[in-house]
Amino acid sequence: MEKFTTHTGIGVPLRQSNVDTDQIIPAVYLKRITRTGFEDALFSAWRKDPSFILNQAPFNAGSVLVAGPDFGTGSSREHAVWALKDYGFKTVLSSRFADIFRGNSGKQGLLAAELAQDDIELIWKELENAPGAEVTVDLPSKTVSCGSIVAPFEIDDYTRWRLLEGLDDIGLTLQHEEDITAYEATRPAFKPTTLPARLS
Amino acid sequence: MAVAKTLAEKVWDAHVVRKGDGEGANAQPDLLFIDLHLVHEVTSPQAFEGLRLAGRKLRRPDLTIATEDHNTPTLDIDKPIADLTSRTQIQTLRNNCAEFGVRLHSLGDAEQGIVHVVGPQLGLTQPGMTVVCGDSHTSTHGAFGALAMGIGTSEVEHVMATQTLSLKPFKTMAINVEGTLRPGVTAKDIILAVIAKIGTGGGQGYVLEYRGSAIRALSMEARMTICNMSIEAGARAGLVAPDQITYDYMDGRPHAPQGADWDAALKYWNTLRTDDDATFDVEVDLDADTLEPFVTWGTNPGQGVSLSARVPFPEDFGDENAKAAAERALQYMGLEAGTPMKEIRVDTVFLGSCTNSRMEDLRAAADIIRGRQKDPNIRMLVVPGSARVRLEAEAEGLDKVFKDFGAEWRFAGCSMCLGMNPDQLEVGERCASTSNRNFEGRQGKGGRTHLVSPVVAAATAIRGTLSSPSDLDPAPESAAIRTDAA
Repeated sequence: MEKFTTHTGIGVPLRQSNVDTDQIIPAVYLKRITRTGFEDALFSAWRKDPSFILNQAPFNAGSVLVAGPDFGTGSSREHAVWALKDYGFKTVLSSRFADIFRGNSGKQGLLAAELAQDDIELIWKELENAPGAEVTVDLPSKTVSCGSIVAPFEIDDYTRWRLLEGLDDIGLTLQHEEDITAYEATRPAFKPTTLPARLS
Repeated sequence: MAVAKTLAEKVWDAHVVRKGDGEGANAQPDLLFIDLHLVHEVTSPQAFEGLRLAGRKLRRPDLTIATEDHNTPTLDIDKPIADLTSRTQIQTLRNNCAEFGVRLHSLGDAEQGIVHVVGPQLGLTQPGMTVVCGDSHTSTHGAFGALAMGIGTSEVEHVMATQTLSLKPFKTMAINVEGTLRPGVTAKDIILAVIAKIGTGGGQGYVLEYRGSAIRALSMEARMTICNMSIEAGARAGLVAPDQITYDYMDGRPHAPQGADWDAALKYWNTLRTDDDATFDVEVDLDADTLEPFVTWGTNPGQGVSLSARVPFPEDFGDENAKAAAERALQYMGLEAGTPMKEIRVDTVFLGSCTNSRMEDLRAAADIIRGRQKDPNIRMLVVPGSARVRLEAEAEGLDKVFKDFGAEWRFAGCSMCLGMNPDQLEVGERCASTSNRNFEGRQGKGGRTHLVSPVVAAATAIRGTLSSPSDLDPAPESAAIRTDAA
C-alpha cells in the first residue's frame, strides 16, 4: 500500500447525505474481475446528469471529496473505494462513514477523514464560493485546511499508523502466525467444517 | 466473579487469537479467528488474485465454502450465461475454487443459492461462531447467535490467507421488542420500523442484539430476516441469543453436530446469552403490539412509514440534510407528499432476496394469494433463495399456487434485489420488493423500490396498489395468515 502523509488537491463539495455504495458504483460494474480500471464507473448514474458536480470544471479535476453524513452505506463492495481512487480521489471527508466503507478505505490507502458536520458545512461554503479551492488533508496532525478554515478530523490510531507507514495488513497478521496455530489447536471439535461436504 | 458480558462480547472474547496492544481509545484491533468464510463470485476474484500474486495459500479450505448467486440467471439455467462478463466472473470463481480447493455449489447444484440462505440451510451457521463474507448481508447469520459481518475484498483476502480478521472493538445496542405481533405484521415490519427509528447511521459502530418477547416468539427464518437488515441501520452486526427454536432448526441439518458433539455443542450454546447484569451502551424499545405493516417511501431503508400512513412532507423533517434527502427521494420516486401509501400503484412485485426468500416467506405469500386473482397489470417474480428451497416449495405445491396466480416461478439467486442478472426494473418502473435496499437504481436504472414484507407483497400483487392482507376481501379458500413468518 502507498504511504499517505499529506495531500493537497481541489475540493469537491457533494452536498448529499446517505451516499450509498450503489450510487458510488452501480452493481453492473461489479462483474469485472480486475482491481483497477473503475474510473468510468464512479457515480456513473449521476454523471449522466450534466449538472452533476463532477461534470463541471474545475471540480472534475478534484481529489478531495467533501460529502454529507452517512457516506458509503449499504453494500460492502470494495469496488466503491477502487472507483474513487481510480478517478483520482485521495481522501473523502464526511461527518459519518459506514463501517465497512471506512474499513475498505483504510485497506486501500484512501483516507476517510471524519469531521464535525459544522466544519463540513464551512468547507462546502468555501468550495462553492471559490470553485477550485484546494483542501489540504494532513494525516500526522489530523487536520484539514481550506482557505482560512482549519478543522480537526478523526481517524482511528491503527488505521492512521498503517496509512502513514503504508503497511500491508496480511503481512502484519502473518507475523503472529504462531498465535493463529495455537488458537486453531484449541478450537472445539463440535464446530463445523465445510469439508468433507455433507449434503442433505 | 466474572465480569458480566453481553452475548456479542462473549462470542468476540471466545475468538480472540491475539489481544490488541493498548487500552481504551488507543487500543489496537484484536485479531479474531473466523469460523466460517462464505464466498461468492462478485467480491472474491480480486482476493484470489491477491493470494496468487503474493504466493500465499488459502489457509483453511475446510472453513470456506462458495456458491454462485449474484450474477446467476433465474431462467434457462441449463444454457450458457448470456452475459459475457457475468459468465466470465462465474467461470473465474469455478477456476479459483478448483485451484485453491474450495467447496463450491454451482448453478444447477441442489445446494446452490444465495450465500446467506445456503449457510444456515446446510447447518454450517451455528451459535457462537464468527462468520464473514464479502457481502454486507452476512449479518443474516446473527440470527443463530453468531457474530456475522460483511467485509470488503481486501478483508476477504486477509481471511483467506490467515483465517483471521483485525477488528476494532464495538459498542453494544439492545433492541427490545416486547409484545405480540398482530396478524399480518411480520419480522420484516419490525426491522423496517427499527431502521426508521434509529436511522441508516444509527447502528454505526454497534453490534445490535434483538431481544424481548416478540423476538423470542419468532421462527429462525423470521430472525434471519431481522438480522439480515441490521446493516441497513449501519450496524456492524446484529444477533439473537440462541434458544430451543434455534436448536430445533439446527437438529438434523447436514453439518449440525451429531452424537456427543451435539451434547457438547448444546452445553456451550446454552451459555450464549447476555448476562442479566450486563449493560448495553444503548437500549432502544419497540412496541410489537401496536406495530403495523411497514413500507418505505424513499430511497434509503430508513425512509419508511406504516402502510396506513401517507407519504411524508419534507418540511416534517427538522434536520436540513434529512429534509433535502426527502425532497430528492420524492422526486426520484415520483411521489407527491401527502399521498396515502395505499394509493400508490405498483408495476412489479418481487418476492425473493436474502431477506425474504426462504420457505416460510414463500408459504406466507402463497397463503395470501391462494384462491385469489392477480391484478392483471402486475408482473410478479418469485425467486426462491436456494435451489433447495425451490425443491421444497415444489414438493409442497407452492410453485403451482404461484403459477396459477400468474406469477413467474424462477430459479434461485439474488436476482432483482440488485439486478446484476437480467432481472431488472425499467426506468420509472415501480416495485413492491421483499428485498433490503431501496437505493436509487438498485433494482435497475431509474427503478423505484418500496420495501415490503412477503404478505404485503402478496396483497399488493392482488390489489395492484400497496396493500396489507387486511385490505383483502375474504378468499373462498383463504388459509389463516401466519404471524410467525418473516
